Amino acid sequence: MSKRLIWRKGVNALMLTLTGVFTFIAVATLFLILGCLIYNGASSLSWNFFTKLPLSAGEEGGGMANAIVGSLEIVGMAGLIGLPVGFLAGVYLAEFEDKVFASLIRYVADLLNGIPSIVVGLLAWSLVVVPMKQFSAVAGSIALSVMLIPVVARQTEQFLREVPNSIREAALALGANKWKMIATVVVPAGSKGILTGMILGMARIAGESAPLLFTAFNNQFWNGGVTQPTASLPVMIYFRALSGYEDWHRQAWAAGLVLISAVLTANILARLVLARGVSVPRG
Amino acid sequence: MTTPLAVEIPVIRRKTQTGDIVARWVVTVFAASILLVTILVVYQLWVTSAPSRHKSGFGFLISSQWNPVTEEFGALPFIYGTVVTSVLALLISIPLGLGAAIFLAELAPARVSNSLTFLIELLAAIPSVIYGLLALFTVVPLMRQYGEPFLKSTLGFLPFFQGPAYGVGFLTAGIVLSFMTLPFIISVSRESLLAVPREQREAALALGATRWETTWQVVVPWARLGIFGSIFLSLARALGETMAVTMVIGNDPKISASLLASGYSIAAVIANEFSEATGAVYPAALVELGLVLFCLTIIINGMARLMIMATTGKGTKRA
Amino acid sequence: MGKTNMKKISLSLVCMLIGGATVAMAQKINAAGATFPAAIYQKWFEEFHKLNSAIEINYQSIGSGGGIAQLTGGTVDFGASDMPMTDDQLSKLKVKAFHFPTVLGAVVPTYNVAGVATDLKFTPETLSGIFLGKITKWNDPSLVKDNPGIKLPKNDIVVVHRSDGSGTTFVWTDYLSKISPEWKAKVGANTSVSWPVGLGGKGNEGVAGLVKQTPDSIGYVELVWAAQNKMTVGLVKNSSGAFIKADVESVTDAAAGAAKEIPADFRISITNAPGKNAFPISSFTYLLIPSTIPDAGKSKAIVAFLQWMLADGQKFAPGLYYAPLPKEVVAKEIKQIALINASAAAQPKAKTK
Repeated sequence: MSKRLIWRKGVNALMLTLTGVFTFIAVATLFLILGCLIYNGASSLSWNFFTKLPLSAGEEGGGMANAIVGSLEIVGMAGLIGLPVGFLAGVYLAEFEDKVFASLIRYVADLLNGIPSIVVGLLAWSLVVVPMKQFSAVAGSIALSVMLIPVVARQTEQFLREVPNSIREAALALGANKWKMIATVVVPAGSKGILTGMILGMARIAGESAPLLFTAFNNQFWNGGVTQPTASLPVMIYFRALSGYEDWHRQAWAAGLVLISAVLTANILARLVLARGVSVPRG
Repeated sequence: MTTPLAVEIPVIRRKTQTGDIVARWVVTVFAASILLVTILVVYQLWVTSAPSRHKSGFGFLISSQWNPVTEEFGALPFIYGTVVTSVLALLISIPLGLGAAIFLAELAPARVSNSLTFLIELLAAIPSVIYGLLALFTVVPLMRQYGEPFLKSTLGFLPFFQGPAYGVGFLTAGIVLSFMTLPFIISVSRESLLAVPREQREAALALGATRWETTWQVVVPWARLGIFGSIFLSLARALGETMAVTMVIGNDPKISASLLASGYSIAAVIANEFSEATGAVYPAALVELGLVLFCLTIIINGMARLMIMATTGKGTKRA
Repeated sequence: MGKTNMKKISLSLVCMLIGGATVAMAQKINAAGATFPAAIYQKWFEEFHKLNSAIEINYQSIGSGGGIAQLTGGTVDFGASDMPMTDDQLSKLKVKAFHFPTVLGAVVPTYNVAGVATDLKFTPETLSGIFLGKITKWNDPSLVKDNPGIKLPKNDIVVVHRSDGSGTTFVWTDYLSKISPEWKAKVGANTSVSWPVGLGGKGNEGVAGLVKQTPDSIGYVELVWAAQNKMTVGLVKNSSGAFIKADVESVTDAAAGAAKEIPADFRISITNAPGKNAFPISSFTYLLIPSTIPDAGKSKAIVAFLQWMLADGQKFAPGLYYAPLPKEVVAKEIKQIALINASAAAQPKAKTK
């Protein structure tokens, strides 16, 4: 073998091994993150954590019960707003598209998708907090719904597109009008993917902290209602992590563990839904 | 001749048409709401930042003074910090991500590739504040005790690695960001690589190229638009990252050549200072920063989408 | 079909949520502001809630700057700040606000230097030199001179300051401006300044956290944060030349002279106060209460809290390293309480449930 060939083979082996190493690093990061959270957070998970309210600085034994409920509230309301809007927008893009307008909507949806979350927080602040003269869960939900809508819309569109035209034509041939065709045939056919998109979207906004910083703000007591400042897990993690108290650090870890468990479970669930029951082959 | 059916058909058509018209209107309105929200974002940002824009004009973008007391605001330190940390993040995640994407697309068997990609995509789902939490308590001490002193002792002659080792700063923020952008690069690059036709690979191998040479000199160039697209996508995401960055960047509005120094990013300063900004100009200056960031991400996102659409054929074309 | 049903359900859910808000049992009051007194405020609001379960005062410690901003924006019912509001800030308020001093506290230099577990002595010169960035190493001659017998390392000093708008910063920079003409000219005193050097931490807790985790660092925090985190605290030389440790006595000493001279609106600075045993970096901290509170339930609750705070509340101060208010100041404040909603004297008794 010539020297050149040996060199080329050596480079080949090295580079290919390197790519394997890089992949290992990427995958290992996930497990390192989970491991770290479990190691630091599991010991701080306690009955107190799930049931007690936060206590004042330096006092041990507080919890994040209100933050857990608050997150559920805020994310739930954001879903109420964002899921229907996103879904129907996606239906438009897939089934009713008018050439130019639809392209515009798609472009704008991608823009909105890429918007930094802190800017969305600014928007919600100026639209909701300032006129209401109050921080509130509603403001936080509106901020999160703005982030949810483009995700759901594009996912809905994508999975509706993958429903073969033959199904549509069959429904029309049987005499159904367009909206009935969509509602009773096409949407159910694409429902697994659409549901996946919704779950993924909700999981994403559940972890968002920046948009809530000056919309839902924070609260030490039980959240009083949707027009009151509301505690949420991501915001509490942020404040607790930055403090100097060991007990608060432990609580931040525990909260982080709870949050990531919820988010990752939703993600895995969503993909299982997709893998299990795709009624139409992809592509 | 009018049969009973022929008489009925026009009636049925009218009924179905109203239902369809209503449905069309409903979905169009909801779709239009996306457009409305985006316009609203731009409008609100523009209007709310007016006091600051009128005061500073374009000088805002090049001034490095950030003084809430004298109400002089300049965006330069924040733009600098945002750009530096994002570029640093890409410098780390591009080789790492491209390498992993090559492995997943070219070398790994399909099932292994799919499961590993699934795991890597989970990284993208981890909330920013959790990256920040981990970075603050694990990466920062490691950097302060081992990483940065090591860099100082080996590369300390370069202006990039001088100054005290705080643990927080541009370098740490860049490292954290690199792991947050990694899954996007891997995911999209892998898809672009998979989209390269088999014939290209087979032709190269037939000519005697090694696997690596095939990949690096034939497949990757073919997929380069999609790969660039993934890079721009990650850049856009890195620019806007708030929580993880603000927890490890040091929060100091200064421009410094050294990566070990502490700095500030646009998103971080808004998160830190917005709830306490008083007066007419201070909050407007922060909103103006948000506007700058928004424009930056729009441009880069737009470029990214164009590139990705061109290679993988996704987007506006029907499946 | 499914769509319309889903819409009906979501609409009724929304109505229930909104309805729930109005049927809320407790009187909810939102406040925000200084982190300097946050430890005792949180304790107070907790204790007060135990005694009056119908009243919930939600206090978020986001910094004095935040307290003033939120009060000006009207997004909170009252604010809190260590820095008295300036005339300019007061002029921007839609409703005039009263300053109610609550406790006295000290801002102390806290540091994390390997091998130094004892109290270091700082002079006005060394403190201003460090924060101006002129004294850069721990074994600087001036520090060594003031601390004979303590082995100071030759490491770089890492300065930590506040990244948010802070009354604690105001107290610290107000002191530095008084004792260093260079500081006054270069940086000045305010809740947010252009720092010559240093890392930024968010809130007193952020600075404490950073100093605790960063070797060779020095920062400034309110005393309780350093004490509760078991951090080393420095002594500061006062205007009489003695090195004073910050504690309830030395802070009370600093306020002794001020008690008699305090103006009617309570806005005063007591940094670098005269007095043999006075701690030079002491300060009042204030609640910023609007002079007119339209909601009768809220105003009743706030007035009740203020009265409790000035009487029983003061007992909690020493345990948290704050000094209680001088008696003369308390008496004046009780008179100021009567001025709240003074113009609307004939208010019908409000239902708080």
